[in-house]
Amino acid sequence: MSKMDGLEFEKPILELEDQIRKLEALSDKTDNSLKLQIRQLERRLLQITSKIFQDLDTWDIVQLSRHPQRPHSMDYIRTLFTEFTEVHGDRQYRDDPAVVTGLARFDTIPVALVAQQKGRDIKENVQRNFGMMHPEGYRKALRVMEMAERFRMPLIVFVDTPGAYPGIGAEERGQAEAIARNIREMSLLKTPIIILVIGEGGSGGALGVGVGDRVLMQEYAIYSVISPEGCAAILWRDNAKAREAAEALQVTARKILKNGLIDEVIKEPVGGAHRNPRRAAGIMRRAIRRHLKELIGIPLDRLLDLRQEKYRKMGPFTVGDPTPTHPPD
Amino acid sequence: MINQPIPKRDRKPSSDLVKPLDIPPGLVETCKKCNERIDKKQLVDNLWVCPKCDHHHRIPAREWLKLLFDPGDYEEFDSNLYTVNPLNFYDSQDYRDRLKSARLKTRLDDACVNARGKIGGMPALVSALDFYFLGGSMGSVVGEKVTRASERALAERIPLITVSCSGGARMQEGMFSLMQMAKTSNACGRLRQAGIPYFSILTDPSTAGVMASFASLGDLIIAEQGALIGFAGPRVIAQTIGGELPVGFQRADFCREHGFVDIVLHRRDMRKIVTRLVRMFTDSMNRALP
Repeated sequence: MSKMDGLEFEKPILELEDQIRKLEALSDKTDNSLKLQIRQLERRLLQITSKIFQDLDTWDIVQLSRHPQRPHSMDYIRTLFTEFTEVHGDRQYRDDPAVVTGLARFDTIPVALVAQQKGRDIKENVQRNFGMMHPEGYRKALRVMEMAERFRMPLIVFVDTPGAYPGIGAEERGQAEAIARNIREMSLLKTPIIILVIGEGGSGGALGVGVGDRVLMQEYAIYSVISPEGCAAILWRDNAKAREAAEALQVTARKILKNGLIDEVIKEPVGGAHRNPRRAAGIMRRAIRRHLKELIGIPLDRLLDLRQEKYRKMGPFTVGDPTPTHPPD
Repeated sequence: MINQPIPKRDRKPSSDLVKPLDIPPGLVETCKKCNERIDKKQLVDNLWVCPKCDHHHRIPAREWLKLLFDPGDYEEFDSNLYTVNPLNFYDSQDYRDRLKSARLKTRLDDACVNARGKIGGMPALVSALDFYFLGGSMGSVVGEKVTRASERALAERIPLITVSCSGGARMQEGMFSLMQMAKTSNACGRLRQAGIPYFSILTDPSTAGVMASFASLGDLIIAEQGALIGFAGPRVIAQTIGGELPVGFQRADFCREHGFVDIVLHRRDMRKIVTRLVRMFTDSMNRALP
């Protein structure tokens, strides 16, 4: 990883890593003094990383969720599943590369996969549209979900998008309708659904593939009704207030869990998933395994009732006196 | 019940039905579109549609109840649900202050009014959003009310009509607002499975969170002419594509042409057509009974 790709608060970590790399390049197998130094630096690295990650504020986590090195859906799919077979297209208009759909096995169990996919570089991001789906993407996803239902395959979804694409073609082809339909159908889909929010959960664009029996968020993922930048522009009339907006919107996994809107936070390795993608995937594997086992054990009717009850209860309110209808004046 | 003649009151011109008690003569309003000065009484009699340029001015939710239900034949319900400000939200202004002034202005508990009554003599439910309450935005209370109206429609097996007038989800309730999209869409799904008619009326504007949930899920979708309808707001789209938007983009006719709206209506025809549809669907449901 080059220094360029790090966040501001990661700088001490990156510098230490750089030093360690340089020493490792210098040392040969017999040089014990260097080895000792390296080990000391590594210990120091772990301390500093832990310290920095203990003090993260909401805005730091927003930046981590969008980190250029953060593992994307396909990184997890390659590690966690076998026999992955991608399928393409909505059978109506075109294939939307912003979402990957397919079949695979998880611990030998055949499952259906829907995964929003960001690009790693500019070229790939142009192709993937930065993970922003068009209506045909939502329709491709629905096609695969309905297939999963017909063949009783559990559905596993990776959420990672800044939002649904706001463009002319997207509106012409019914972005709102596509998302609304997906939300409705996912809430009724007759197969277990696990949602994994691994980066950005961008509003309706995320929820359009994000309704499930278990919604799990990685520790440094975010989920929000509107991007902090968008919220700042509207409510503060100042884009620079995105930090305040992120705080006020309570977009982090821990806050959302506390608010009862997701089911679990998936821990990340010290320093974030991008610092140790293998370990991040390992933690995720255990979470998926546990939830999948639970969900498969629940009779389908009961599963659907539970899913519906879960969403039905979301959104607190109080019952008070009726607002006086006629103004006193 | 079946093949009843249409009650005489339906043949009255609809403009007679939404008449305020009294408007002092000489009051003048300015059309928001053509800027012409219009006699207020004339504007109100014309259902807040500009007699000069046909611009449909936004009307509050309670005006929609008057416009859709048989005169005097409806009752509001669930009009006492209040948000608990779950995020303790503050921005340039305290959310509680925004709520207070919205309540004072609209005399509503939140941006949605539920009512049950008769349309063309047939029982029906209306859930109408009020733009004058924080832009008709959907937070926990709006989501709850739309869901309750839908569940009541399901329990009573009578048609549900929603009237959308909303910029989307309520930012001040964060993820709670987003989840109302799941709650309301699921409720629409249950109506659909049970074969209960649901008509979604879209007025200016109907965008974002509301459109990406219940407002797009009607058996029929009826739009007021000229209404802005879409997922993303036009300014966001213009910014993203870095160019100008085509004329008429995201307006009611555009949405009909692209296949996402069934009927585009002038406000004066809304009552007639909705009444016709409620009666048709109710008749059909009654016929299907053993």
